Amino acid sequence: MNSDIAVSIKNVRKSFRLPHEREDSIKMKVLNIFKKHDKGYDNYEALKGIDLDIKKGEFIGILGRNGAGKSTLLKIIAEIYQPTRGSIEVSGKLVPFIELGVGFNPNLSGRDNVYLNGAMFGFSRDEVDKMYNSIVDFAELEDFMDQKLKNYSSGMKVRLAFSVAIKANADILLLDEVLAVGDAAFKKKCYAYFNNLKANKKTIIFVTHGMGAVKEYCDRAVLLENGKVAFDGDPAEAADRYNGLFKKEEKKVVPENAKKDVQIKLVKINVTKKHISLNIDLKNNTSKTVDDIIFGVSCSRSGRLVGGFQSGGDKPFSVEAGSKETAEIAFDNIFGNGTYSIAVNLRDAKTKDIIDSLPNAVEFDNQFGSSNYFPVEFKVK
Amino acid sequence: MFAKLKEKYRYSLILLRELVRTDFKVKYQDSALGYLWSALRPLFLFAVMYIAFVKVMRVGADIDHWPVALLLGLVLWQFFGDIAKGNLKSIVSHGGLLRKLKFPRYIIVISSSVSALITLAINIVVVAVFAVINQLPFTPNLLLVIPVILLVFVFGLGVAFFLSAIYVKFRDIEHIWDIFMQGLFYGSAIIFPMSLVLRINGIGTLLAQILLMNPVSMAIQEIRHFAVNPVIPSLSSIAGENWWLMALPLVITVLFFVAGVFFFKKRSPNFAEDV
Repeated sequence: MNSDIAVSIKNVRKSFRLPHEREDSIKMKVLNIFKKHDKGYDNYEALKGIDLDIKKGEFIGILGRNGAGKSTLLKIIAEIYQPTRGSIEVSGKLVPFIELGVGFNPNLSGRDNVYLNGAMFGFSRDEVDKMYNSIVDFAELEDFMDQKLKNYSSGMKVRLAFSVAIKANADILLLDEVLAVGDAAFKKKCYAYFNNLKANKKTIIFVTHGMGAVKEYCDRAVLLENGKVAFDGDPAEAADRYNGLFKKEEKKVVPENAKKDVQIKLVKINVTKKHISLNIDLKNNTSKTVDDIIFGVSCSRSGRLVGGFQSGGDKPFSVEAGSKETAEIAFDNIFGNGTYSIAVNLRDAKTKDIIDSLPNAVEFDNQFGSSNYFPVEFKVK
Repeated sequence: MFAKLKEKYRYSLILLRELVRTDFKVKYQDSALGYLWSALRPLFLFAVMYIAFVKVMRVGADIDHWPVALLLGLVLWQFFGDIAKGNLKSIVSHGGLLRKLKFPRYIIVISSSVSALITLAINIVVVAVFAVINQLPFTPNLLLVIPVILLVFVFGLGVAFFLSAIYVKFRDIEHIWDIFMQGLFYGSAIIFPMSLVLRINGIGTLLAQILLMNPVSMAIQEIRHFAVNPVIPSLSSIAGENWWLMALPLVITVLFFVAGVFFFKKRSPNFAEDV
């Protein structure tokens, strides 16, 4: 393995057996032998062949929807799970921070848990003694160390766990979504520590759903989808693609009474200081020409409707049977700065029934407005 | 060389120490006498057995120092049972740890066995005190208790490795084991002397030979013979000309240990997922 590679993941596959029934007793196992027709379990492929080389000193984010395979991959890197196929090579000391406090026992005090957790990271009692005060300081839990851990809030637990983990002098730090529990002050401390690691050329592998953190701290981001690498590269683009995954679901939310003779295929947007123009690609899937289409456009910001209109029935649009057309709609850019979301729908001019609807057709970032919400000046009389 | 070994196992030792400490604290922190009760369990069992079997049913009353032999047998059996039962659920109960950290899994088994060792130590002291009261003559043969304990320990560990690994997948092994141990306890010559078995017409000797294949029974029998009362027959006399019967329990012990370790090692990569 190349000496500047920290973690090398080669064609890693991981399958889990999902038994049809709980086969957790010898009695069940014996009975199942007689049920020859039923294999007894399904194979669930969590990872379908991952190839990844993580360089030393990289701060890499791993993104994906729940169930995409992120935690499984992390656990394989940490050698907690074994890959079904493929291999992992790790160079350097790897410290996993997966779930709150490795080995934390809720029935013991915070103090006892520090020693226990320290042992997990390879520190003898003497070594923990020397670090004890600085751990408690970093966690800001001086008054609570003799309380039982079950009385701690999850924020307190993660502070304690993290304070011990950072002493472990990791070459490679694996983080799995746990930091989401801490408050803003704690997150600040964490990221300060991460920057420190980065400066020392340590590797950080970070699983998260916070795209802001990804864009700000990661050098590289990998998007996992259904057990495969869907994207590997620029964090900003990975974050956008991640957000796009949710939009694909939203597109399916169309009112049930929509006629759908004509479908909105794609909406493209062009934003200038004066105008915003939409190019709406339509397709007629039927054998009849559809006439009298009018367009409804609504514009929202942070989920709240800012403005909307309907194109006039005086210029109804039509699409011939089985063909594609592009409609061009332009309106003034009266919006203030910010991120907006545009929804487009098609209606029948006469009946006003909805033909098709795209709730989150396109987003745009308006830089041309003024910095306040109201787009025009107003005077007080 | 020692230093190198120490370095290799440094992590394991640190972890072991903390796990033992933790298990102890969690189990007994809220009960003052808690630990003492479980440590002295053989003593209480002995009191009951003594009254029931020796005083009432006159079993073993004909053998000098039989009470010491009885107590010693109970203590050793308890030791074996503690290692086996104490470890049965150990992997599963440390499941949280297993799923978050990579470390040698056998440490869990060893840490669960340490508490059995400590209990044994306390019990041996009790037996010693009792022996003095019973006016047992102290001979150098008493030192044989060390290899005997070692034998039971190794065998117990082998069984523990099997049980703990099996329990991860098949939870009903717990019940099977409980029943098995109960049966074995009453079936082995622990609460009654082997002489009763040998007296059975025709198959007495054969039966005794079979019973003594169990390393724990053999261990108990030998220490009784050498340290308590030579009247209690040793395996060598029961085996007669089948000298290999004497080696059999030892072979079984080693076999169980090695097979147990292998089985455990083979299953341990999957613990994190199955537990």
